[in-house]
Amino acid sequence: MSGPVLRLTDVERVYQAGEVSVRALAGVSLSVRPGELVAVMGPSGSGKSTLLAVAGGLDTPTAGSVEVEGVQLGGLDPTAVAHLRRDRIGYVFQDYNLVTDLTAAENVALPLELAGAGVRSARSAAVAALEEVGLAAEADRFPDQLSGGQQQRVAIARALIGGRRLVLADEPTGALDSQTSIAVLKVLRARIDAGAAGVLVTHEARYAGWADRTIFVRDGRLVDATPERDDPRRLLGESS
Amino acid sequence: MQRTAVRWGLLALFADGPKYGYQLRTEFDARTGGSWAVNVGQIYTTLDRLARDGDVAPVGTNEDGREMFAITEQGRRALEGWYVTPITETDRPRSELAIKLAMAAVDPHVDIALVVQKQRTESMRQMRDYTDLRRRAGAEDDLTWTLLLDHLIFGLESEIRWLDHAEATTLRRRHDRPPPGPSRVATEQPMPERARR
Repeated sequence: MSGPVLRLTDVERVYQAGEVSVRALAGVSLSVRPGELVAVMGPSGSGKSTLLAVAGGLDTPTAGSVEVEGVQLGGLDPTAVAHLRRDRIGYVFQDYNLVTDLTAAENVALPLELAGAGVRSARSAAVAALEEVGLAAEADRFPDQLSGGQQQRVAIARALIGGRRLVLADEPTGALDSQTSIAVLKVLRARIDAGAAGVLVTHEARYAGWADRTIFVRDGRLVDATPERDDPRRLLGESS
Repeated sequence: MQRTAVRWGLLALFADGPKYGYQLRTEFDARTGGSWAVNVGQIYTTLDRLARDGDVAPVGTNEDGREMFAITEQGRRALEGWYVTPITETDRPRSELAIKLAMAAVDPHVDIALVVQKQRTESMRQMRDYTDLRRRAGAEDDLTWTLLLDHLIFGLESEIRWLDHAEATTLRRRHDRPPPGPSRVATEQPMPERARR
């Protein structure tokens, strides 16, 4: 299937706070293809996090539709949404969100086990996923025995374990230094290039540069987006 | 690219041995990944000046009959001096963007958010494209080239930060002192519709 992995159509999210209603998202449309990473930038409170929450089924839009791999979230009951989240969507957060009492491999295997996979097959899939993010040797370490960058790479391995093809990353480099951030982005980018789709919320332009496109959000709307690539050599002022 | 920068760049190429004119062009291109367009005429003119000023001197021809030049003692000293002399503010080119925004900021009829967003999108597009090149550059690639790419990337990062700052500062000022009358510029509608503050 080569359609978009994620498709938001005219998504609106209004929060009611007493008399006042706040439009966190005011008609956002976005689609992300396999192999594509889209960065989301915008000032604090512009709606970036709401966008990610709605895209991942953690929040429900008040209007518009969200589609993950062709499945409309709006047509599902809460249990079905929970299953879809577990099976199709991976999250990466600033603070890694690993289970501290589980090893790296157990953390990565967890979504598979929750989905009913056997312990042994889940473990071997987890070890393979850790290998892809360069952490095979750390499989049996606990989160507190890993550096921040390593924990985030575990989180990326977990986010894309099994058949999941959508990763939603909220400031994944927020707690990391520059070199470690690049290492994490390399891993994320490699997983995207292998066919996943991703949304990357970030404040850092230098990290958004790793995405295929950047969309700019302000007051709950998309105000602009970078165009598709053309030949970057043109940027460099032809010398021939 | 400024003339003096080309001159120093070419002189630096002589550090590892004698060269002929066209070779300078090839090596300069290779080291800078073609990022600094220097035409062949400019290379020869600069080489003539370096020879005239005594920083390089002809040292005969190679087996293909090309005229070879080598750096002189004076040239080597000049190059060493260049390396340890910081680039001062007055050497930097003036930025059209800085002037544009500084002017736009004080004109209450200009939609500063739109002006900034247009630039931000373009800067981010460049950032993406340079990052593509940087990602492709491996450890085996020329160090000069990867550092030049990093220079461009860090430059864009600071430009985007400055854009955010300029926008926020201008809007805060305008909020304190609202503009007279409706907006004159910025009738263009970027994506679905403009977010208004």
